[in-house]
Amino acid sequence: MVYLFGSWGRLLRVDLSTGRMSTEEIHPMTYRMYVGGRGLATYLLWRELGRKWRDVDPLGPENILTVLTGPLTGYYPGIKLVVSGKSPQSGGVVGSAVSSHVAYAIKAAGYDGIVVSGASRDPVYLYVKDDSVEVRDASKLWGLRGLELVRALRDDVGRDLPSLYIGPAGENLVRTAAVMARWFHAAGYGGYGAVMGSKRLKAIVVEGSGPLPPVANRDDFAKLRYEVIDKVAARTTFRRWGTTSGLWRVGYETSSEPIRNWQEEWHNREEFSHAPIERKHWVKNPWADWGCPLACMKVSRAVVDGVIYLTDGPDYEMGAYLGSNLGLFEVDKVIALSAIADDLGLCGIQVGNVVGFAVELFERGMLTEDDVGYTLRWGDFKSLKKLLEDIAYRRGFGAVLAEGVYRSAVEIAKRKRLPVEDVLKYAVQVKGIGVGAHGIRSRKDYPQPIAYAASVQGGDHTSVAGLPANSEESEVWSAFLDSAVICMFTSVEEDTVLKFLNAVTGWSVTKDELYGTIGPRILSLQRILLLLGGPDVRWDPRKHDDNPPRFYEPLPTGPYAGSLVPREEVSKNLVEYYRQLGWDDLGIPTEETLRKLGLYDAVDVVRALRRELGAS
Amino acid sequence: MSTPQGQLWILVDYTACSGCRLCEIACSLKHEGVIWPSASRITVYEHYPGAPVPQYCVQCPDYPCVNACPTKALRVDQATGAVLVDPSLCTLCLKCVEACPGKIPKVVKGKKYVLICDLCMGDPVCAKECSRAGYNALKVIRKPANTGIKHYAKPGSTLAEELGRKYFT
Repeated sequence: MVYLFGSWGRLLRVDLSTGRMSTEEIHPMTYRMYVGGRGLATYLLWRELGRKWRDVDPLGPENILTVLTGPLTGYYPGIKLVVSGKSPQSGGVVGSAVSSHVAYAIKAAGYDGIVVSGASRDPVYLYVKDDSVEVRDASKLWGLRGLELVRALRDDVGRDLPSLYIGPAGENLVRTAAVMARWFHAAGYGGYGAVMGSKRLKAIVVEGSGPLPPVANRDDFAKLRYEVIDKVAARTTFRRWGTTSGLWRVGYETSSEPIRNWQEEWHNREEFSHAPIERKHWVKNPWADWGCPLACMKVSRAVVDGVIYLTDGPDYEMGAYLGSNLGLFEVDKVIALSAIADDLGLCGIQVGNVVGFAVELFERGMLTEDDVGYTLRWGDFKSLKKLLEDIAYRRGFGAVLAEGVYRSAVEIAKRKRLPVEDVLKYAVQVKGIGVGAHGIRSRKDYPQPIAYAASVQGGDHTSVAGLPANSEESEVWSAFLDSAVICMFTSVEEDTVLKFLNAVTGWSVTKDELYGTIGPRILSLQRILLLLGGPDVRWDPRKHDDNPPRFYEPLPTGPYAGSLVPREEVSKNLVEYYRQLGWDDLGIPTEETLRKLGLYDAVDVVRALRRELGAS
Repeated sequence: MSTPQGQLWILVDYTACSGCRLCEIACSLKHEGVIWPSASRITVYEHYPGAPVPQYCVQCPDYPCVNACPTKALRVDQATGAVLVDPSLCTLCLKCVEACPGKIPKVVKGKKYVLICDLCMGDPVCAKECSRAGYNALKVIRKPANTGIKHYAKPGSTLAEELGRKYFT
């Protein structure tokens, strides 16, 4: 008898094409191999779609949307769940983590996750109430924006329940659409809002009335829980300022903040700093999600043109991408854009990335008023706001940008009869995913030179690659956090997190196993699916395992002016990183590695991949 | 912070409450031995961003729930002032819920009696947890003589609407 602790070993499956609902038992050994969350999502996608991966349209009914917890979800302080599926951005698998009360509710309802397949003809939402599951009519909810939707859902189910949902952007299959939670939270990377939209699934509401699954070792768990709470509660300035403090620090100190589509990464704008933002805009601090002693969130309020806007922070990524990256340093307007992106259900990072790209093309004369319909200018709130709306509703030129930065660069090149490289050089993305707001050129911030080039999640700043591969610098660590499903901000050192995992699950996972087997297993499968890609994108490691061209331009301003990361260093580090993960020079897992990881059924797939790429 | 002597009361600071629900987690761990938010005797409601309100029994001076109980399952613990439920006498008739101005006694699937805050018999774990996490939104004090404490007993949705509207509308 194999026992399972920390998880139920059971997923809720809903097929929206047939309306069929079922539960699927997941074997305890599968959890031991893939942990949960991102790892389990990758396993499920590989198992069910792997053989036809290239033909799977991420926005077709054949795609699968997974909403998964992990064994530490609900136990480890701070809460996350991981949304995944075949990504409409990268064509691979992105584990898109979001802070949401739905995570504990899923477990309290008796499941480890929800897997949605097929597509509904009419708008629906899913109402999970323990073992009773309803697919409900959402025709009256379709079209609603975030804030009004949360209220409407509350009226519809008669009480305040946690939900995941999409805004108009997801409904309109915008590739930069996020799966939203609790007003301002987004599972942004991957573009899974569009996947929900393609299934005509407006929301998932979960009411769980039971307890969480039993833990293996209650005494250890109780002790470790307070050890983590005490450590996290002692992070005084993080608690007080949240990630908003990055707006100053990442710009002024580490010189790695995107400014005007990454043309610069340094600023000395005092107004773009947590101290004045706290005084002028924060109406509630602290603000935390379920079980979190950190409270990195702050409710901010701004009034622009007589309209009240609310958002979180702005947290660093939203502030950087909808502020400095758009040449906008007036914080009230940054808060407004952030609130608008939340309400439309857009990923603030991806949409800020593609809008910055468009404004730069406009400034360079590569786009004109004839193309866009109006003038784009750095820092011009009115046109930026209009562009966000046009993207979310796919209106006019917004329909081009709604495809995300990579695909819109390709489309603009086609329309302008330009070589695609001439447009792509302004797209700050890796494998279809806009790079998070932490640059590499100054070498003062956390991402290493290969952070994005080697990541199985492209430009995702929460899943960066780095050397050595058997350390917290490596993407293995991010993949593990997303699979145990805990928040990177409440995570502590490896030893304690592993002890926590073992106390809850009764496993005996060591660092060696984490870095030698579990992490590489998840990453290898993600890498294979990313290289398979399709149907409209195909990545060649020799070309696409690279930084955006902009990152090879020396920083023009600030204390690190002139600094960059040379191409040779990137190539050298890539090969070394791949070697350490048991991959070949192109980053394809070797057959020996696959056998060691127990991925026997992937051997013929990598053989074909290697043949196709002309590798030995 | 030492716990005061005599009958107790939990004083809430709405501006300090982060909405993190560690109080719910601690309460269910203490009373049920597992993390079980539905069975927590304290519940956080949040209708507007950043406007969470914890709701729990406020030990009304006239104890309408105790008076309404037809089976004498509820009684007042004279030491702490808490309402104690006798599981063997409670029939889940819900008269106490009807009588409560906040509809606070909880009925939970899997429990055969109503759940009401027992002030942890003098050492409320929710307040300890809240302080340990650095929020200090719940403070244990001597039970105030003011009969107005009863006005904290309101349905969760009322509390969340009133507080949220003050901030955001």
